Amino acid sequence: MLKEGETRIPSGCAISGVIDKSGKRMNGEAMIRSIAVMHERSNGLGGGFAAYGIYPEYKDYYALHLFYDSPSSKKECEDFLERHFDIINLSKIPTRKIPEITDEPLIWRYFVTPLPTKLAASGLDEREFVAKCVFRVNTRISGAYVFSSGKNMGVFKAVGYPEDVGRFYKLEEYEGYAFTVHGRYPTNTPGWWGGAHPFALLDYSVVHNGEISSYDANRRAIEQYGYSCTLQTDTEVIAYIVDYLNRKKGLSMEEIAHVVAAPFWETIGHMDKKKQEYHETLRTIFAPQLITGPFSIIVGFEGGLMALNDRLKLRSMVIAEKGDKVYIASEEAAIRIIEPDLDCVYAPAGGCPVVVRLNGGEQ
Amino acid sequence: MAVNYIYPDYEVARNYDKCINCRVCEKQCANGVHEYLADADKMVADDAKCVNCHRCVALCLTRALKIIKSDNTYRENANWSGKTINELYRQASTGGVLLSSMGNPEPYPVYFDKILINASQVTNPSIDPLREPMETRVILGAKPQVIERDKSGHIINNLPPQLKLSMPIMFSAMSYGSISYNAHESLARAAEELDVLYNTGEGGLHEDFYRYGKNTIVQVASGRFGVHPGYLKAGAAIEIKMGQGAKPGIGGHLPGSKIVGDISRTRMIPEGSDAISPAPHHDIYSIEDLRQLVYSLKTATDFKKPVSVKIAAVHNVAAIASGIARSGADIVVLDGFRGGTGAAPTRMRDHVGIPIELALASVDKRLRDEGIRDRVSVVAAGSIRSSADIVKAIALGADAVYIGTGALLALGCHLCRNCHTGKCNWGIATQVPELTKRLNPDIGYKRLVNLLNAWKHEIKEMMGGMGINSIETLKGNRLMLRGVGLNAKELEVLGIKHAGE
Repeated sequence: MLKEGETRIPSGCAISGVIDKSGKRMNGEAMIRSIAVMHERSNGLGGGFAAYGIYPEYKDYYALHLFYDSPSSKKECEDFLERHFDIINLSKIPTRKIPEITDEPLIWRYFVTPLPTKLAASGLDEREFVAKCVFRVNTRISGAYVFSSGKNMGVFKAVGYPEDVGRFYKLEEYEGYAFTVHGRYPTNTPGWWGGAHPFALLDYSVVHNGEISSYDANRRAIEQYGYSCTLQTDTEVIAYIVDYLNRKKGLSMEEIAHVVAAPFWETIGHMDKKKQEYHETLRTIFAPQLITGPFSIIVGFEGGLMALNDRLKLRSMVIAEKGDKVYIASEEAAIRIIEPDLDCVYAPAGGCPVVVRLNGGEQ
Repeated sequence: MAVNYIYPDYEVARNYDKCINCRVCEKQCANGVHEYLADADKMVADDAKCVNCHRCVALCLTRALKIIKSDNTYRENANWSGKTINELYRQASTGGVLLSSMGNPEPYPVYFDKILINASQVTNPSIDPLREPMETRVILGAKPQVIERDKSGHIINNLPPQLKLSMPIMFSAMSYGSISYNAHESLARAAEELDVLYNTGEGGLHEDFYRYGKNTIVQVASGRFGVHPGYLKAGAAIEIKMGQGAKPGIGGHLPGSKIVGDISRTRMIPEGSDAISPAPHHDIYSIEDLRQLVYSLKTATDFKKPVSVKIAAVHNVAAIASGIARSGADIVVLDGFRGGTGAAPTRMRDHVGIPIELALASVDKRLRDEGIRDRVSVVAAGSIRSSADIVKAIALGADAVYIGTGALLALGCHLCRNCHTGKCNWGIATQVPELTKRLNPDIGYKRLVNLLNAWKHEIKEMMGGMGINSIETLKGNRLMLRGVGLNAKELEVLGIKHAGE
């Protein structure tokens, strides 16, 4: 059977996320309990977490998380990393042996910073350099796959139910200011860990519930700009769109939401002149980045989370607040289980982004 | 000479039990097929003059007429068909080039008919266009993707001129002269009502139609007929015609007999003189020359009009389109080898060029491979026959399509393919006053509006079925297509999978 990336596999899902606006760190235990409530929305074929603020001691270094199929691919990849980066620290990512999670690849973590000479010679800015190296590993080195590459954040994912994945990676031992989690219901079984979500590039991560109908239009458009969609998943293409619009085009998260879930022309027609021009300009320039079909996503980025639904709201998603904490989940029950006493709960309308940032901006 | 005799392809079959000798058929036929024999008190027909335009059939009050394919035949020969033999006889007797009209009728593969469209099931809901918004608006023009902000950080509109269409359909270039005033009026009024665009073709713009300027694309072709500053500024966009799918590599010729009255004035040439459009533009012998013309036209119109460049789909169309995209053009029009014409040498029409489906797929891919797809919009032309063809063309990568033949059919054309004779019984491809008045623009424009509205409904239904509610996310969305009965190379060029994959 073809693995993820060699064929396109639609899937349904559950998502959940939490952020503490004060920047206070919490461990990953709550997210495990939250996603476990939505067990029915997954089918054991993929789950994962993105955690922000978990590596304060290495916050100036890119944390690369890698899957290796074999020691030889590890060797080849490490040679590559050594040629391009100063590796400050490397280790196996700690895991717990549990019967629910099997067939694990070699899972390693590297804290790195680009070699100044290499970086200068490339003529790229630092983040572009790192992104290019990630693409290089993922497309050229067989059996090696970078699944997390941001600073002071990390992605942890596997084939299995998400709550088991959380226990496998000992998520309760990580403390961060924000977490997202994903449980997957693919319609087919690739059995490959790289295919699980979240999908991340640099500090951008995406968890996504839905199947977008615009996939191939979005993919073919974004591949013009140096991205290669190796996984053929919606989540991957959404992550690249976010990276492209934010990092390369300088759009804010709100502006990105107005691109990917743009208001209908009819709605724009009823707006005041200034807003009309703003939306018309965005829709015209970035038409290929419009996403249609059902989605609810949580985008993680340095210092915040954004929750967004497709413009028809074809997937459920609720937001809740309690003090400095903001919760996002496919179902309200997944929030109530970890915080029964909420200040408010609401379901944002389709296409209306909810962006939550740390009070002090970046941590 | 007996050797020159060619038995008619079609025969007029008259049911004498029904015929009442009303002589309507006789009055309606500009080809002089029908005749009343007073002595015998009966109608007769000369099959040899019949072009099978169905004018008499449609107007026969008693349904006494039909046209049937002749069963007269030469000795059967898989290599030498009757058509081939007859064409050879004609050339042997005249020494002339064979002329034809409308699009290539030969049985080449029609790729649109071997492509199937996807629909949502279970994992992704289909969307009901009667309940939910379904967007067909298309904006054509270069999209430079440079974000500029004002002092307070707001994004400002820095886009070059764009064309807004309510649906991804425009009326192809058909000149005033090749078609009648009433046909042009019908197209212009329909474009205005539908909020789309029609194209003047290379015949200038009649003064009566300047009022439809915002729905008009004015064409500049190799003969430069009718081109002056007021003309360039009159339209919403300017199109440089480099080639035509029906006759790639050659120009055009409107005989002096059609250069009469308003047509002479609109083309700015003397009455009775032949209007000959040269094969190349004589100021464009290379791509850098094209760039100069693009910028000359932009300069002449204060950079307020998008400029489109139309080329015939030929073998290296992808490289040519890429060159055009880098030459300042805002829109590239690809015209496939099945596209229509008012007159073309038969051999050119039937043997030169490539199918629009393959040309479109390879151009879209090339522009993406080079990272310049957003610099230009791509318009596909050259036999778009239905809303399904449009959905397929857009999923292959087109921003919009042009329809020519389809629009003429809506106006009454019956595809007899004899436009070059100038005796169009339906009043479309003729300048004979008694014939042109047969096309009533009040009815003609309404039929065009009906056609495009019907197609828009169907496009919305198909989009909704795929779970797509905005046409821009259909553009280039090739996963929505599958081929049937295509070989691996054809699928590779089209960039689609086979059904079942």
